[in-house]
Parts: sequence; structure tokens; C-alpha cells
Amino acid sequence: MDLSSINPVLLVASLMITATPLLLAALGELVVERAGVLNLGVEGMMITGAVCGFIITVETGSPWMGFLLAAVAGAVLSMLFALLTQVFLANQVASGLALTLFGLGLSALLGREYVGIKPPSTPKLDLGPLADLPIIGRAFFSHDIIVYFALAMTVAIWFFLQRTRAGLTLRAVGENHDAAHALGYKVVLIRFAAIAFGGAMAGLGGAYISLVRVPQWTEGMTAGIGWIALALVVFASWKPGRVVLGAYLFGGVGVLQLNLQAAGVSIPVEYLASAPYVVTIIALVIMSKDRSGAPASLGRPFHASS
Amino acid sequence: MLKIEKRASPSKTWNWAAPIMAVALTMIVGGALFGLLGVNPFQAIAKIFYEPLFGEYAFYYRPQLMIKAAPLVLIAIGLSMGFRAGIWNIGAEGQYIMGALSGAGLALALYPMELPILLPLMVIAGALGGMLWGLIPGYLKVKFGTNEILVSLMLVYVAEQILASMALGLMKNPEGMGFPGSRNLQQYPSAHNAEIFAGSGMHWGVAAALIAVIFAYVMLTRHMFGFQLRLSGIAPRAAKFAGVDPGRMILICMGLSGALAGMAGLFEIAGPAGQVSIDFNVGYGFTAIIVAFLGRLNPIGILLAGLLLAITYVGGEITQSQMGLPLAAIQLFQGMLLFFLLAMDMLTNYRFRRSTKEAV
Repeated sequence: MDLSSINPVLLVASLMITATPLLLAALGELVVERAGVLNLGVEGMMITGAVCGFIITVETGSPWMGFLLAAVAGAVLSMLFALLTQVFLANQVASGLALTLFGLGLSALLGREYVGIKPPSTPKLDLGPLADLPIIGRAFFSHDIIVYFALAMTVAIWFFLQRTRAGLTLRAVGENHDAAHALGYKVVLIRFAAIAFGGAMAGLGGAYISLVRVPQWTEGMTAGIGWIALALVVFASWKPGRVVLGAYLFGGVGVLQLNLQAAGVSIPVEYLASAPYVVTIIALVIMSKDRSGAPASLGRPFHASS
Repeated sequence: MLKIEKRASPSKTWNWAAPIMAVALTMIVGGALFGLLGVNPFQAIAKIFYEPLFGEYAFYYRPQLMIKAAPLVLIAIGLSMGFRAGIWNIGAEGQYIMGALSGAGLALALYPMELPILLPLMVIAGALGGMLWGLIPGYLKVKFGTNEILVSLMLVYVAEQILASMALGLMKNPEGMGFPGSRNLQQYPSAHNAEIFAGSGMHWGVAAALIAVIFAYVMLTRHMFGFQLRLSGIAPRAAKFAGVDPGRMILICMGLSGALAGMAGLFEIAGPAGQVSIDFNVGYGFTAIIVAFLGRLNPIGILLAGLLLAITYVGGEITQSQMGLPLAAIQLFQGMLLFFLLAMDMLTNYRFRRSTKEAV
């Protein structure tokens, strides 16, 4: 075992990359849940985004087209869920599961001929002198734009939810949809928009996995990241700031176990590989006592009866 | 204008018509999808649904149906109990793996001793392994209020890692010349879950699935626990007043569904699969969720739904080898089925009414 082979600077740099898909998907789901909808289809939307982003990037040579269309694909898929739960008033848990099963099948089908291809690389954002700083430059300022986009989205979502009228409306719908409806807000429409946003963010996160983090396409490659993102929202008590904290924490566990594997620690690889899932469970246990942050209407169907 | 109105109680007719319509819709849309993939849709649908049952080689496919349906039905029966009470165990895949590992581990530890009661002991070990794995999310939910959906799902990934570790390490065949995977239990007579009637595909897992269906039916319709289960799902508050302990309900449902999934895993690993290998689990635990819903959480319905999904598995393999239809298309087909079912269920719980003009 040689722990000195782990370079802390590279560790932080890869942590930021590992955390980004989680952060994107969890932020999207946070907005959905703040609107009172529980979409368990994150994993399905992520993997669909991963495969669509990959295919588009390989075919067009442009990662930006790939990311854009991955977000579109995630949003389109999420509309199936929205249709089921908001129009057909189906059970949200079952519909979310259906979305995941459907997305896994769809992505396997679409990605058949793209296994083993290397995608064009995503360019790094040129931050000029910042990237040249010793240590900090390599760790924090030498990434692609999506990493910073995810962080910027955190601030934007916090601002939207806490400081804008539209955000207040969205939260009202999530806390008490009957009252929001009585006030004349279009509950179903607002929820449709929130679900679409969640889908787009999950799709983007998925594409980040297949285009930057891995980068390759293999069947089922999201390997539970969508589910960890769902746990992350609970962990963060539905607060954007804490989502970042959680995503970097979970990302850290993922990166650390990979580094320990590479360093040849005497713990079997399989047990290290299950660390992110075990840590998720532990985090859920610790955070579940306090459910005060949960939107009151979360998961309840809404039907305007008058 | 048409108006949607909630029914006072779910429609009995639509409760059973919805799955049938969902299957029909899935065939139409799925057929269109197969058409897009360059396969003759009518031929593909006919092959998937006709060939395994009545085709030229049905004598070969019918036993396959039993083998595929048994774990699906066994797992779905367990899941349906929890789903009825609003307890969502979606980690059956993990419980299936842990059951298989517990039972196979027992057999491998005793190899090559021939014991007449080895298989029954393995079944018990399998049930216990699955039960314990299922009780983890149950216990955490009761004790800490954690979400059982997320915990049971996380444990699937942990179980997969344990399976890989076992196949490559502890349970690896010492005479396997370095290849991953355990000894083949099919070649260990005491541990082999052999067919009860040779060539029928009917191994002990099929028998267990049928027994589970009967037990579940009696329990739901004739036993106090079945009543409490249904009550907890429909009216949790009323159930509490009636003296139902929600914590106990969660533990029973998670333990029971875990035990059944564990048994399903054991029957598979001691029979059709034969050995502990990295790719032992093929997603029965997830497909069983579709089976439970399609079967209306009703034991008889689950039996039929399990057979239908088994047909799509076997039919999918036929279309793959004969028409080049990718296997992933079948997975998509199964997901679509659940989508349509959930959509059609609106007709079970709501009805359309022509809205009359109201005086202002």
C-alpha cells in the first residue's frame, strides 16, 4: 500500500468532476420536490441524457450540442412522468419507477452501436491567470464550463426560490397545492415546468458522466448516481446550499475509494466500490430525523375538484 | 365539456380492464417501435407472444416460461404485500442476490457431503438471507424514519458488489482453473434444485411460487393480517385507531418480501443458474415490480402477470436470435407496459362526466 501516491491536488480536481453530475441532478430534483412532486425517475432521465449526449457528440463532434440535446432529452422524458402524474393522476412512486425502468431500456437500445467509442473531449474553460495559480489553479480553476455552471445554478436556484415571486409561488404549490389553487395559481402548469426543469438537469448530469467523467458509453453506466441524487435532496433538507455540500461530500467518497483502489489498499475492491452507497445510507439515517424541510404536499396527487 | 370526477370507490370493471388495455396499447406502440428498428412489427409481436406458447418449438419454450415466471411471481407476491400497505421495497434485486449467496454459501461450505435435507436447509438459509437484507431498510425506517425506497435500492448496489466479491474470492471454485464463479451446484446432487418432473421446467421454485400465491390469497381475503394490510394502505389513520402498529407492519412487509425474494434467488442459483457468478442477477427483482402492479397486487393477478412477463422474456430471446431484435427492446417494452398501465388506471379511480351548466 502506498498512500503517498495519492496526490491531494488531483484528488480535489477529480472530486469536482465526480460531484458535478450529482449536483446537477440533485438540484433539478430539488426544484421538482419543492413544487411538491416526487420524481423517482432521476436515474432513468440521467441515463437517457448520458446516451443522447454521447450519441449527439459523437455524431456532430460538438460536446455543446451533446449537452444541449441531453438536457432536451431529459426534459422530454420527464414529460412522460408529468403526463402520468399530473394529467392521469397516477401514483408518483410507481410512475417514477416506471420512468427509470423505461429509461434504462431506452438507453440500452439507443446506445447499442456506441459502446467502446471515445467521444470528442470537452474543452476546458480558459480562466487565464487563475488556472496558472499554484495548486489552487490545478484543483479549482482547470475544469470545463459545466462544473462552474452547476455551481452557478446552485446560486441561481437559491435566488429563484428565496428571492423571486415565481419562486415563492413554486414553493406555495409544494407546501399546499389546494391553497395555491384557491389563490388562482395554475398548480398543474407550474408542476409541469418544475418537472421539465428537473428532467433537463438530470439529462445534463447524465451527459456529463458519459462525456467527461468516464468518458465512454456503457449500458447502465449511471450505476445509481440518480438514486444517490435523490438521497442527496433529503440529506440537504431541500436547501440548495446544502446540496452542494452533500454533492462534494459524496463525490469525495467516490473519488477517495477510487484512489484507494489505485493505491492498492488491502481492502478488497468490491468493498471499496460499495462505499458510496453505504455512505448514502448512513447519511440518510443521520439526516432523516429532521423532516422539517420537506415540502408539505410532497408526493400527494392534486386534483382540482371544483 | 367533459369533467373528471373521482369515483367513490375504484371501479371493479376497470380494475381488470386497465391491465388488458395496457397490454394491447403496449403491443401497438411497441410494434411501431419494432417497425422503426427495421423489424416487421406483426411478425415480431406474433413471435413474442405466440411462439413460446404454441409455436413449433413450444415444447422447449414452455419449460423456459416456468423457469422465468417462478422468480417473478415469488418476488412480486412479497412486494405486493408492502405495496398494498404503502411500504415500497424496491430493492428486491438485492434481497434476491443475498438469498442466493446465503443458500449457495451453505451448500459450498458443506461440499461434497451428501445430505438429504441439504436443499431444504438451503431454502431456509436463502429466505433468511433475503429477509435480513430486506429488514435493514425496514428497521432503519422504523427506527430513524429513513426512506425505505432509497435505502433498499442502495442495498442492491452493495449486494451486487458482495456478489462480485464472492464470485471472485471466497466462493470461487478451487478447481475452476482460475476462472471466476463457484462450483456448479447442478453437479452437487444434494444441493441441486432439480426439476420435479424431468423436462417440465417445474423445479421446486415453481412449486414454491404456486404455494405463495395460494397462501397470499388466503391471507388477504380470510385473515386478519390481510385486512390490516389493506386498511393500512387505504386509511393509515383508521388503521392506527384499529390497533395496527405501523412499525410492526413495516417490519413484517419488508421481512416477508425479502424472504420471498431470497428464496427466489436460492431456487435460481441452485437450479437454472447453477453457480455464483458476477452476472448471476438479471433484473428479476425490478421486473417483479411491473408484475406486482400489472397483477393489481392480487395474488391470482400476479400469477397471470408473471406468466405474461415470462412470455416477453422468452419471446424476446426468440426475436433476438431469429429477427435480430435487440434484447434491450424487450426491456423497453416492459417499461412501456407499466407506463400504459398507470395511465389506464385513471379510469379505475376517476370517471368522465359531461358537466352540466350550472346556474350562476
